[in-house]
Amino acid sequence: MYAFIARRLLLAIPTLLIISLFVFSLQKLLPGDPVLVMAGEERDPAVIEALREKYHLNDPVPMQYLAWLGNALQGDLGISLRTNQPVLSLIAEKLPVTLQLAVMSMTFALLLGIPMGILAAVKKNTAIDYLASVLALSGLSVPNFWLGIMLILLVSVQLGWLPASGYQPFFVDPLLSLKTMLMPSFVLGNALAASMMRHTRSSMIGVLSSDYIRTARAKGLAERSVILSHALRNAVLPIVTLSALLFGELLAGAVLTEQIFTIPGFGKLIVDAVFTRDYAVVQGVVLCTAFGFITMNLIADVLYVLLNPRMRASL
Amino acid sequence: MTAASPTEPVLTVEGLSTSFQVDGRWSTVVRDVSFEVRPGETLAIVGESGSGKSVTSLSIMRLLPPRVSRIEGRIRLAGRDLGGLSEKEMRAVRGRDMAMIFQEPMTSLNPIFTIGRQISESLTCHLGLSKRDARAETLRLLEKVRIPNAASRFDEHPHQFSGGMRQRVMIAMALASRPKLLIADEPTTALDVTIQGQILDLIKQLQEEEDMAVLFITHDMGVVAEVADRTMVMFRGDAVETGTTEEVFLAGRHPYTRALLAAVPRLGEMAGEHWPRRFPIVDMATGVQAEGKSVDATVATHEEPVLAVRDLVTRFEVRGGVFGRKTGEIHAVEKVSFDLFQGETLSLVGESGCGKSTTGRSILRLVEPRSGRVDLDGFDVLDLDSRDLLRMRRSVQMIFQDPFASLNPRMTVGASVAEPYTAHRLGTRAEARDKAADLLTRVGLDPTMMSRYPHEFSGGQRQRIAIARALALDPKVIVADESVSALDVSIKAQVCNLLMDLQENLKIAFLFISHDMAVVERVSHRIAVMYLGEIVEIGPREAIFGDPQHPYTKRLMAAVPVPDPARRGIRRDLSGQELKSPVRPLDYVAPERRYRTVAPGHMVMEGAVG
Repeated sequence: MYAFIARRLLLAIPTLLIISLFVFSLQKLLPGDPVLVMAGEERDPAVIEALREKYHLNDPVPMQYLAWLGNALQGDLGISLRTNQPVLSLIAEKLPVTLQLAVMSMTFALLLGIPMGILAAVKKNTAIDYLASVLALSGLSVPNFWLGIMLILLVSVQLGWLPASGYQPFFVDPLLSLKTMLMPSFVLGNALAASMMRHTRSSMIGVLSSDYIRTARAKGLAERSVILSHALRNAVLPIVTLSALLFGELLAGAVLTEQIFTIPGFGKLIVDAVFTRDYAVVQGVVLCTAFGFITMNLIADVLYVLLNPRMRASL
Repeated sequence: MTAASPTEPVLTVEGLSTSFQVDGRWSTVVRDVSFEVRPGETLAIVGESGSGKSVTSLSIMRLLPPRVSRIEGRIRLAGRDLGGLSEKEMRAVRGRDMAMIFQEPMTSLNPIFTIGRQISESLTCHLGLSKRDARAETLRLLEKVRIPNAASRFDEHPHQFSGGMRQRVMIAMALASRPKLLIADEPTTALDVTIQGQILDLIKQLQEEEDMAVLFITHDMGVVAEVADRTMVMFRGDAVETGTTEEVFLAGRHPYTRALLAAVPRLGEMAGEHWPRRFPIVDMATGVQAEGKSVDATVATHEEPVLAVRDLVTRFEVRGGVFGRKTGEIHAVEKVSFDLFQGETLSLVGESGCGKSTTGRSILRLVEPRSGRVDLDGFDVLDLDSRDLLRMRRSVQMIFQDPFASLNPRMTVGASVAEPYTAHRLGTRAEARDKAADLLTRVGLDPTMMSRYPHEFSGGQRQRIAIARALALDPKVIVADESVSALDVSIKAQVCNLLMDLQENLKIAFLFISHDMAVVERVSHRIAVMYLGEIVEIGPREAIFGDPQHPYTKRLMAAVPVPDPARRGIRRDLSGQELKSPVRPLDYVAPERRYRTVAPGHMVMEGAVG
C-alpha cells in the first residue's frame, strides 16, 4: 500500500515538471509584453531597460525558467505585476473561496446523484427511472449562466430568501457563508449531480445482475441490505474515480459561476490576471490548479485501492 | 413447522410451470414438472442448455426477476406451501430451510467482502447469532468444508481463493443454517476435473452428516451417475423421464434419455481401437443410434512432421514493489517438445494453469516464447519478421473455446468467414464470397445463411462458422483450444465428428487442446499430458489410456466421472489438494528432465514434478 502511494507520488513529479515547463513557455509565446504595460504611455527606453533588468527578462530563457522554478519550489511564485502583492498570498486569499464552492457543489452532487442513481437502477424501466433520467438530462442541458440568473431573479429578487451575490468567509459567519454559497453551489453542482446519477445508475444495473447479488438473495438477506451493502459498495467504485476527476474540473468550472454571483474566488483571479497580462499570477494559478488535479487523482487512486480488495492484493 | 419424517419428502413440486415475458409475450420455459426429494436423497435434474433445469431450481427458490416471470404450480417444502408466502416470509425460507450453490464460484462471492463476513452474514441473518458466536460458527463451517488453516483465512477476500476453495466457501455458506434442502446448480462445471471430484465427495459426505436432501442440477451424465439416487431428465422444458438412476441409465425409455446417454463419451470405450472414431449419431426423436465410423488412416508419419516443437519456453513476468521490479516468473511453458504429423491429431491435456493453451498460442506467436525452436510447414517460426509471420499464419489457424465471443457481432457470418481470404489478398471479392459459401457448406451450414449475423445462430452453429473461418486459408495445422468444451454433449459430438471429417478429407493436423479426457480419447492419435508447464507423459492414445505411467496422468484419469451408476458409492481423497502454481522465484533454475521410453513413442518424465 505504502509502496503504491510512494510510486504514485514519484510519478507526480515528472507530471508537475512538464506542466511547469508548459506554463512557462506558454507565457513566452504569448503576444504582449508586460514591461510595456508597466512602463506606461511614455515608453521611455531607459525605464523599459531598467524594468527588464529588474525582472531578469534579459537572461537566457532556460535560466529564467530555472530561476522561476527554484523560487516556485520555495513557495515564491513571484509578485503580481498588477497589485504588487506576492502571488502566493493572492492565491491563499482566493483559494478557500473557490474550495468552499467546489466542496459544497460536490456534496450536493453526491447527495443528489447517488441516491437518484440507485433508485433509478433498482426501479429500472419504470416511471421512477424515466423521471430520474429526464431530471438528469435537464440538469445536463440547462446552461449554468441561465440557471444562475433565473435563480437570482426568483429566489433573491422575488422571494428575498437568499443573498444574490457576494461572499462571506465561513469562519466569520458560518450560517451566512453557507446561505450565500447555496445557490452558486446548486448551479455548479446540478450538472455534476446529473452525470453522477447516470453513472451510478449504469454501474448499479451492472452490479445488480451479477452472480454475487444472486448469492446474497439466495442467502435470504433483506432487499435493503442486498442493495445498500452488497451492491452499492461495488457499484460506487467507479464513482470514486469519477468524483475526483470532476472535482478537479469544478475548480476550473467555477469561473463562470463566480462571475454570475460575483464571488471573489479563483476564477475571478485568473480572468483578471489574463486580461492584464499578469504573468506571475497566471503561472501561479495554473500551477496551483494542476497541483490540485494531481492531488485529487492521487486521492482517487488510493481510495479506489482501499475500497477494492482485489487491487490491494496486486500491490 | 414439524420436521419431515423419513418417509415424507422434504420438497414436493407439483405441476410447476414457469414463463418469462419476452417482448411483451409470455413464453413457457418449464412445463408441468413434478417431482419430490426425500431427506438424505439426491435427485439429479439433467438436461442440455435450454432444457429448463436451472429455471426449475430458481423457481423453487423464487429467485427469478418478479416482474418478467410467472411461476405456477405447487411447491411444498417440509410440508409448507411456498406458493402462498409473501416475499418477506420467503426470505426467511431462503438460506435457512433451503440453500443454493451456483455454477460460477469465481463470480458468486462478493469481491469486496471477506469470506468470513459473507458466511457469518447467513448466521446473523437467520439464526440471530451475535457477531462473536457467528465468527466461531463460521470457523467451524470452514473446517467442515475442509478449508486448510480456516482461522487465518477468515479475513481473506474471495480473490485470494482458488475456484475449488471458493466453491467450498459457497458450500459452507449454504450449510450455515443447516438447511433441509440443498440445491446445487452445476456446482462443479467450472472446476478442473480433480477438484470436481473433491467437491462432489464433499457434498456427498456433508449430505450424510446432515441428512440433507440434495437437488443436483447438471448437464454431465458422469456426475449424475456418481451422485444421484434418482434422476429426472429434462428436454426443452418438459420432464421426459424420472426414475432411479439405474433405471434411467440402464433402461431409459424416452428416446431423448437414450440419445443423451449415447452422446456421452465414456472413458475407456475406445480400448482396442487404433484410429480415432466418430461419435455415434443419435436421432433425438427416436433414440436410434448409428455407430460412428472410424477415421481412415490419415497420418503421414513417414514424412517430415508438419509441426516440430523443440524445448519451447514461455514465461510471464510477475512484477511488484515501488518501481515495479520483477519479483518472479510464471513458467507457463517449460522445455516442451513434440512433433505433429500431417493428418494427425495430437491432444494436449491437463488442468488449469498447466500451460496447454499458452503452448498453442506460443506456436502461433500470439504470445512471444522465451526460447526454443518451432518449425511449422517450412517456417522457422520464432525467427520470422512481421511480414513472414503473416505468411506463416496461412499455414496454421486457431479455433477458440467461446463461439459467442470469437465472432464479431457486427459482421455477417459470410464476411467473417471470407475475411481471412480477403485480408491475405488471395482473390477478388466475388471469389471470397464463393469461397465462404463453399466453406459453410463444408461445415454443414446452408450458404444462404451468409448474410445473417452471429446472434441468429446457436452455439454449435457458431462453432461451425468459426471452423469455416479457420479453413478459409487452407491451413495445414489447426490449433483447437478447448473448441468443444462449451458445447452441449450432443452438439459436442457433432462438432467433433465434423473435425474428424475434415481431417479425413483435407488431411489437416490438429493440435487439440482440451481438459475433457473422454472427448480426447475419441479424437486423438497421440496425447501429451501437461502439468505445471511441462509434458509429463506423451504417447499414442492407446498407450496413454491403456497403460498410463506418470502419477499425474493416473490421477487425472481417475478423477474423470464415468456415466455408470455402479460407481455411485465411490469416494476419493478428500484432502483438498490444490492445483499447484507455476510461479517461480527469479533464481529458480528449471531442473533437467529425463524421459523414459515405455514403448515406442510412449515417453514418461522421470522424477517428481512440482
